[in-house]
Amino acid sequence: MALDIAKYRRRRLRSTITVGLCWAASGLGLTILAVILATLLYKGVAGLGLKVFTEMTPPPGSDGGLLNAIAGSLVMTFAGVIVGTPIGILAGTYLAEYGRYSKVSSVIRFINDILLSAPSIVTGLFIYELLVRPMGHFSAFAGAAALAVLVIPTVVRTTENMLLLVPNQLREASSALGLPQSLVIRKVAYKAARAGMITGVLLAVARVSGETAPLLFTALNNQFWSTNLNAPMASLPVVIFQYALSPYEDWQRLAWTGALLITAAVLTLSIAARWLSSSRTQQ
Amino acid sequence: MNLMSKDVDTGLTEKISVSNLKFFYGSTLALKNISLPLYERQVTAFIGPSGCGKSTLLRVLNRMYDLYPNQRAEGEVMFDGENILGMKDLNLLRSRIGMVFQKPTPFPMTIYENIAFGIRLYERLPKSEVDARVESALEKAALWKEVKDKLQSSGLSLSGGQQQRLCIARTVAIRPEVILFDEPCSALDPISTAKIEELIDDLKNEFTIAIVTHNMQQAARVSQRTAFMYLGELVEFGVTQKLFTNPTDKRTQDYITGRFG
Repeated sequence: MALDIAKYRRRRLRSTITVGLCWAASGLGLTILAVILATLLYKGVAGLGLKVFTEMTPPPGSDGGLLNAIAGSLVMTFAGVIVGTPIGILAGTYLAEYGRYSKVSSVIRFINDILLSAPSIVTGLFIYELLVRPMGHFSAFAGAAALAVLVIPTVVRTTENMLLLVPNQLREASSALGLPQSLVIRKVAYKAARAGMITGVLLAVARVSGETAPLLFTALNNQFWSTNLNAPMASLPVVIFQYALSPYEDWQRLAWTGALLITAAVLTLSIAARWLSSSRTQQ
Repeated sequence: MNLMSKDVDTGLTEKISVSNLKFFYGSTLALKNISLPLYERQVTAFIGPSGCGKSTLLRVLNRMYDLYPNQRAEGEVMFDGENILGMKDLNLLRSRIGMVFQKPTPFPMTIYENIAFGIRLYERLPKSEVDARVESALEKAALWKEVKDKLQSSGLSLSGGQQQRLCIARTVAIRPEVILFDEPCSALDPISTAKIEELIDDLKNEFTIAIVTHNMQQAARVSQRTAFMYLGELVEFGVTQKLFTNPTDKRTQDYITGRFG
């Protein structure tokens, strides 16, 4: 049968248009990203200096830095991840290994998906009701708890997915040696899924380190240096939020610098996560 | 009392006796009343077209199917006087009945650890003895010469054929009584296949062996007994040579002459 040239041309044309649209869409997305990063860099670098890392957040009109906010962010993110990661990994392990086929698991999976996509401000309000109100004051504890609640679903999801990627053959092979299931998981499945699971934790860190809303309701803010976990604590996102909305120019400049710092940190973490997961596949 | 029965006709000991075995995937009947013996220190080959239930049968013998929901077996599989289907300690069972799979499955650890890992699970031994056991297992799997200088490199760095022999070494190292091979050569090149067949022939001096294979020449080469299965039924079981040269059943005849399957 002869080739229908007209039909072929039409298909080629449609293909060209579609590819063009795809390029345009990715171009648009990348341009926006580039503009954001450029603005951030331009406005943020101006305020960048040693002082940012050595001095506390200033009152309006005077010099200062972001030391207490940086420290607060590190402390609360660290605490949130330390608490949330084990819970997430254990739950993810249950879903992927012990309860892979059970009804309970599909319910847990569903709830976890809701948690994963729930607005973080809801988490903030939840911890506010659960901890802040009964305690009578804002605290770093509550902040860390809110972040932990955000870490859990992310880690559950990545842990489960990474464990599901471990071929069943490997599980069968280790069971066939007479390994009890707990050892199959710990010695074989975790080993095979390790890079992916670490990537998941890094992504969770990246996600919560930029969260503002849950901290607003829990840790609030603190103008001064504080290591008391039972008292309000400053954090970069909340300081950015507060300073960016203020009418003072020097505060606004600090907010830009803080935003640059967070972005740089999150970008580094994401790249590290990427690198880790790609080195896993090359193995 | 000798729990194992001697076969009157052959003078061989039945290491495992399968009788009236039925197997279900959900409500699908995959094995229909299978009865046959596995003789001690003999190689029994299972042949038949895809989906005939050979692998399923193998996976009953070490209760592999227990890892999955909705799979169950009925009947009796006697192993040294105990019914495998009623056993509670599956880890112990699996340490006595080892299995080698179709695709090589080295663990993500060093070559040494791949083998030592299983040994340490059952026995508390000084390092020197573990070393010796690792060496002898690798010797038995005809792999020692190739890997003795790189025991600390990853098991995944080996070639496919070497990986499969590593898996055999791993199984041998924990000193099982029976070894099940589930199409151990189907992912390997002819040279590796020849090595593994040779290996199986050696191993039968020490272990009772069952091998599932799609390759009839392979079954003829390595086994003393062959079972031909078709659509979940055991069509014919007997001395390998006889089954291949003078089968009793028409279907066996058709299969080995390549008329279907």
